[in-house]
Amino acid sequence: MAQELNLLATDNRGQSQLEAGMNLAGWDEVTQGTVLTSFEGDATGIANKKAEERTYSDFNSYTASVASWRVQKPVFNRDICIDCQNCWVWCPDSSILSRDKQMLGIDYDHCKGCEVCVEVCPTNPKSLLMFNEHADLEESLAAWPEKKKKEKK
Amino acid sequence: MAITSIKNLKEFSTNNDRFEGAHTLCPGCAHSMIVRELMNCTDDNLVISSNTGCLEVSTAVYPFTSWDTSWIHIGFENAATSVTAAQVMHKVRKKKGNLKDNDAPVKFVAFGGDGSTYDIGFQWLSGAMERGHDFTYICLDNENYANTGGQRSSATPVGAHTSTAQAGTHSYGKKQKKKDIVSIMAAHGSPYVAQLAPNKWKSMAKGFQKALEVEGPCFINTVSPCCTEWKFDPKDTINLTDLATDSLMFPIYEIIDSHELNILYRPKNPISVEEYMAAQGRYKHLFKPQYRHIIEEVQKDVDAKWDLLQRREEARL
Repeated sequence: MAQELNLLATDNRGQSQLEAGMNLAGWDEVTQGTVLTSFEGDATGIANKKAEERTYSDFNSYTASVASWRVQKPVFNRDICIDCQNCWVWCPDSSILSRDKQMLGIDYDHCKGCEVCVEVCPTNPKSLLMFNEHADLEESLAAWPEKKKKEKK
Repeated sequence: MAITSIKNLKEFSTNNDRFEGAHTLCPGCAHSMIVRELMNCTDDNLVISSNTGCLEVSTAVYPFTSWDTSWIHIGFENAATSVTAAQVMHKVRKKKGNLKDNDAPVKFVAFGGDGSTYDIGFQWLSGAMERGHDFTYICLDNENYANTGGQRSSATPVGAHTSTAQAGTHSYGKKQKKKDIVSIMAAHGSPYVAQLAPNKWKSMAKGFQKALEVEGPCFINTVSPCCTEWKFDPKDTINLTDLATDSLMFPIYEIIDSHELNILYRPKNPISVEEYMAAQGRYKHLFKPQYRHIIEEVQKDVDAKWDLLQRREEARL
C-alpha cells in the first residue's frame, strides 16, 4: 500500500546507481524525471476492465484516499433512485459506483463531499442527500424527507 | 475505430473510469468532469500530455498518478509539443513495425489550462497546429491562473476581479476583452474546432469523439467553472455552467474545416448576463452604481457575438 512506502524515512533513490559507479546529476544540473506505473504487470485493454478486475499499483491514486477532506457526506437512497446516472457523469472524483446501468452507491474513499451529485439529482425527494460525516446509514434513511408537492404558479 | 456508445447516459455509464479519484483538485472542480468525460467516450489507448496548471499539479502528486493511460508532463507551455513528438514517434515505429501491438489504435490528447493555452503555450500550440499533427488539444478554460492564486490571463472577461486586476474605488477589475481563441484556432485551418461545456454532456462527448476521430490537429475550448476563483459554492458547478451557456457568455458551437459553423445549443429561455454575473463573487463590484454600465457593455458584446455566430452559421463561412 501507498502508506507503507514511507518515502521520507527511507529515501534511497539513486543509491544503487552511486554504488554502481554512475555519475549522478548535481543539484544545479538537469534532474532526472520520474516514471510512475499505474498498474502491476500488463495493462493491455485496461479500458474494458472494471475497477475491481484491475491490478492497481501502489503509485495509482486509486489506492490513496481523500476522505479526510469531507465535512458532510452524501448518502444514497436506493428506493427513490431511478438510475438516470446524472451523478455518475458529473461526479468530479469518479466516486459514483455504477455497474450494468445501475447505481450501486458511493465510493467514500475518493468522495470529497462537494455536493454536486445532490444538486444534479432529479428525483423528488432527492435520492442523494448530505448528512454529517459520522451519521449512521439507518439514521440517515429514517430522516429522509417526504415527497414535496409541486407548487402551482 | 472502437467508440463507446453515448446514446443515453445509462449506456454511457457502462464505461470504466480511466481517470482515478483521490487527485487533489478542489471539491466541485469542473476540470475532472471534463477529463473523465474525454477518457470515457473512447476505449482506444490514449497518450495524454498536460501543461502545468491545476490539472497537472493535482493529478501527479508524487508518489501518485491519477491517470490509467500514458501521461507526460514536461513544462508549462509544451503539452502540444510533447504530445506531437510522441505522435511522430508512434507513426515511425508503426511504419517500422516494432510496436508491441502494431494494430491497436492510439489517440493523442493534450490538456492545457487557459493560462497555458491563451498566453504562455500559445506559440507552441500554434506551431503544432501548423505542422498538422494528428492530435487533439483541449483547453480547460477557467478564465484565470487558478493554480497560482487567481491572476488575470487573456481569457479573463471584462469586469472580473482577479488578484492582479483588482476591483476597488478606481478600477472595475480587468479592462481588456477576452481573446477569441476558437476563431484563432479555426484560422489555422484546423479540421475541427469547438467550444463545449460540461453541463451539455452529450454535445461534449460527441465533440470529443469527433475530434479524436478526425485526422489532423483539433482544438476544443471547454468551459470549466472554478469555484475557488469565481467565488461560488462548489455544489453549484453545473448550475453555474447552465447559467454560462444560457446567458450566451459561452456559446456552444463547432467550426468544421474552418468555415462550416454549427451552433450546438440554442437556449430556449436565454437569460441576461447580469443573472450569470450575480451568481459569482468575482463580479460583485459591478453591481455598485458607479460600475453598472460595465454590465450593459458586456451584454452588448455578448449579443453582438451571438448575432455574428448566427450569421456565420447561415452563410457557412
